[in-house]
Amino acid sequence: MKMSLPCLSLSLAFLAGSVPGLLAGEITGKVVLKGTPKPEIKIDLVPMCGAANPNKDNVTTRHYVVGPGGGLANVFVYLKDAKAAPAKGPTPVLDQVGCMYEPYVFGLVVNQPFKIHNSDALLHNVHATPKLNKEFNFGQPLKGQENEKSFDQAEVMVRVKCDVHPWMLAYIGVCDHPYFAVTDKDGNYKISDVPDGKYTIVAYHVKTHGATNPGLSNPIEVKGTAKADFTIEIP
Amino acid sequence: MPEAFLVKRCAHHRWLHRFALLTALVTFCLIWVGGLVTSHGVGMAVPDWPTTYGYNMFFFPVSQWLGGIFYEHTHRLVASGVGFLTIILAIWTWAQEERRWLRNLGWIALGAVVLQGVLGGLRVTQMKDEIGIFHAALAQLFFVLTGAIALFTSPWWQRGSPGKMTIYAGGRFRYLFAAVTGLIFVQLVLGASMRHQHAGLAIPDFPLAYGKVWPSADEASVERYNRDRREVTALNPITAGQIHLQMTHRLAAVAILAAVAWAAGRTRQRLGWGSPLARLAAVWLGLIVVQGALGAFTIWTNKAADIATAHVAVGALSLMTGSLLVLMAARLELGASECAGSATPAAAAAGELAASARVTPSGSELPAGR
Repeated sequence: MKMSLPCLSLSLAFLAGSVPGLLAGEITGKVVLKGTPKPEIKIDLVPMCGAANPNKDNVTTRHYVVGPGGGLANVFVYLKDAKAAPAKGPTPVLDQVGCMYEPYVFGLVVNQPFKIHNSDALLHNVHATPKLNKEFNFGQPLKGQENEKSFDQAEVMVRVKCDVHPWMLAYIGVCDHPYFAVTDKDGNYKISDVPDGKYTIVAYHVKTHGATNPGLSNPIEVKGTAKADFTIEIP
Repeated sequence: MPEAFLVKRCAHHRWLHRFALLTALVTFCLIWVGGLVTSHGVGMAVPDWPTTYGYNMFFFPVSQWLGGIFYEHTHRLVASGVGFLTIILAIWTWAQEERRWLRNLGWIALGAVVLQGVLGGLRVTQMKDEIGIFHAALAQLFFVLTGAIALFTSPWWQRGSPGKMTIYAGGRFRYLFAAVTGLIFVQLVLGASMRHQHAGLAIPDFPLAYGKVWPSADEASVERYNRDRREVTALNPITAGQIHLQMTHRLAAVAILAAVAWAAGRTRQRLGWGSPLARLAAVWLGLIVVQGALGAFTIWTNKAADIATAHVAVGALSLMTGSLLVLMAARLELGASECAGSATPAAAAAGELAASARVTPSGSELPAGR
């Protein structure tokens, strides 16, 4: 039996309409900071770290990384009530470069393995201090050393620190689905492959929202594409 | 306090006393180094125990003693040294001391240092901040224990006094000193609880608190405090409980200052400067004043590690001084009969007490040898 192209298209359209979430959509948006944060604090790297960091004279805390248009970087944006789904894409890597963690903020799916890499010819310890997941702390004395870890419960956010160099901090948002993103230096984000449906979208900024505030949240309906902008205010 | 604890006087072992002093001194150094570990927030810089990054801790390469590892590893090594000294002290005391209770005290010290080492190890392997509070509190008690052993083995203690006496009417100094020293210990536990929550300064200003006499600690205020503060290192969020804890610590500090000032004044008034109790109580007051200043500077410097650690160390000295005062007062007040058999030491003790005694205008009962 032959099926014409228009007929096939109609069939797919019908199928997509009758089975919610079959077609993947995309959520985009921008997070803007309103208000002027206090200046960041310069981090005085110890000599060995300084030697490993080409930007050693300009290393600061990363409480509020704000782009030219007020776009706020390092905001973890995620869908609060999406159905559980497996991770997609390459294995995330948390790197230690010049005695700083890169990236500062990133996301994981529950039970998704991620790599912890040491690019420094220095000893670091990697100490995760979650509230819900299992805490871990191990050493990485060698350059190029890599360990793999995962978290078995959703938790926004898990802090990772190095106690040898206590200014080294990173934050991991762990969700039970892959529908999350972290804003870039201009405050933009994009969450891909989101099944059509109605959700609550949350923007969480580590410094602004801290331990008690769950972050900004808005209802959102995804039909192919959707847009959600946020404004984070500081007095 | 059992009589045997006070009255038995036996042969003086000079080197044992000196060794006990050394143990107390090194323990004080250990508290200082341990304080640095917590002040720098690097207690977990070495993730394994009793090994150090897989090495036998005594063979961990010096080239790797960097950053937070330097403080934590040094702390472990000094702690090992204190453990070693305590083993020797316990065995030495057991071998040479005639006083059974003192021999037992040596073993208790050994048990305490072993427990302390295990607590320190569990703090690392179990990754529990709460264990750090017990670790800090036991450190203070162990320091007092080593100081007490040094006092008990001292010639001053063994000379004893010629008999029981009432130092002054209307109360006994040992109870006064004990009450204030107990308050100091509670204060040290409060301080340890604040430090081991690793939340930095719950209140960043002094003498006011967030610009008020008593700070707001509602949810919105606490959220604002956390959002507004800037920190380089990984600090846990401030909570309302921590704010109340620091305010309690401040109030307790005022109470301790008043109590020690009163105790020192009372001691000097009743016994005069000739009394060792009066002199030591004056030192005690000086320590408390310094301690208060260090507490203020801890806040004004945003908890600079050296200042905060000095605050811990002077706190330990304050507790030690109060504890020694309790024991010395008990020694002087309860006297020694069994140990005063030897004429020379008894006479010396009597002379010392006579020198410290003076008559008050009201004619209160004063120290008097008999």
